[in-house]
Amino acid sequence: AFTAKQKSISPNWPITHYSRPATLRVVLSSDLSRPPPAPISAMPPLTTPKSGDALFASVERVNAELFTLTYGAIVRQLLTDLEEVEEVNKQLDQMGYNIGTRLVDEFLAKSNVSNCADFKETADTIAKLGFKMFLGVTATVTNWDAEGTTCSFVLEDNPLVDFVELPDTCQGLQYCNVLSGVIRGALEMVSMKTEVTWVRDMLRGDDAYEMRVKLTKQVPEEYPYKDDD
Amino acid sequence: MQFFGGSSLTSVAPESSPAPAAPPGTGTGSNAQVIYVFNRNGVCLLYREWHRPLRTLARNQDQKLMFGLLFSLRSFTAKIDPTSTEHANLGAPLLPGQGCSFHSFKTNTYKLNYMESPSGIKLILLTHPRTGDQRDALKHIYSLYVEYVVKNPLYAPGSPIKCDLFNKHLDQYVKTLI
Repeated sequence: AFTAKQKSISPNWPITHYSRPATLRVVLSSDLSRPPPAPISAMPPLTTPKSGDALFASVERVNAELFTLTYGAIVRQLLTDLEEVEEVNKQLDQMGYNIGTRLVDEFLAKSNVSNCADFKETADTIAKLGFKMFLGVTATVTNWDAEGTTCSFVLEDNPLVDFVELPDTCQGLQYCNVLSGVIRGALEMVSMKTEVTWVRDMLRGDDAYEMRVKLTKQVPEEYPYKDDD
Repeated sequence: MQFFGGSSLTSVAPESSPAPAAPPGTGTGSNAQVIYVFNRNGVCLLYREWHRPLRTLARNQDQKLMFGLLFSLRSFTAKIDPTSTEHANLGAPLLPGQGCSFHSFKTNTYKLNYMESPSGIKLILLTHPRTGDQRDALKHIYSLYVEYVVKNPLYAPGSPIKCDLFNKHLDQYVKTLI
């Protein structure tokens, strides 16, 4: 579950600047008392995906600092609970995966995206619509390999890392591992098995955030029942 | 469509494409008959009926046959697509979203409306045969599913849906279908 306690932010939490506009989409809301989605009369035709900006404007948003600090609190709590940095990386990835498997349905329901013709279009959709809808930023897709199965998402602006510095004891920490987990989980739900790794990380002195996504397998639909049951 | 009511009928959800006028006696909450929701693994996440006088099969048999019908129908509709250049055999596994699909079929007594999301959620809604295009309605039901099922932290993905709030909003919504 993706819940956090604000109180676990330590006063030592490295706060360096407050510069971000206070609008961000967050994935943790589960307020079941909300009214149902608006009636469908205003929907554009079924086949036209929304633009990133329209999509971002149409979803609920939360305060960016609250989001950033909540994520920071989660990572910090994991570091306290699990002690090993490697374990924290794994846990973040798993949390991201669990988020991704649910988040994909919300993305599909709200973005009007239907089917992507190939992995390139999928990657583009994630970069331009997915990141925009949930994080308020867009990513760039680059570094395609010859087969078109591996590419990089480059994030110049990453809302998860505001106010963050890695202390010497946590140099192995993949602070944003939740993002790679989300992508892996979401793509798995649309039958694409992927491996996602971080290759550049500004927290370690690189000039951008870069995630390498490798499509390992596309799973065809199988008839799920056996003949005899 | 204000055919069977005055302007005070605000609870009727406005359809984006005008639906054909529902026959007398329907459009007042008795249009939707049965809904099935399946996931990719053939698990029936939801079965709900509002109007189904006759039952001839055990429930799980019924659900399995429904899933099988749709699975075969989809692979067949994709196969007979005259614009397709693929030469795979009938029944060759399709990738999700590969090939075309169908939206509904109609008999003289009911209409089956079908939607599949790229994530493998299949929505099947049986309605009166003279109801209009239900694609928008199915999309709306999908967004209800997202709002009240997927975002419910107590719901384990892939398990049957037991969310009262979802059922409540679904019941409310299908009453407005015309």
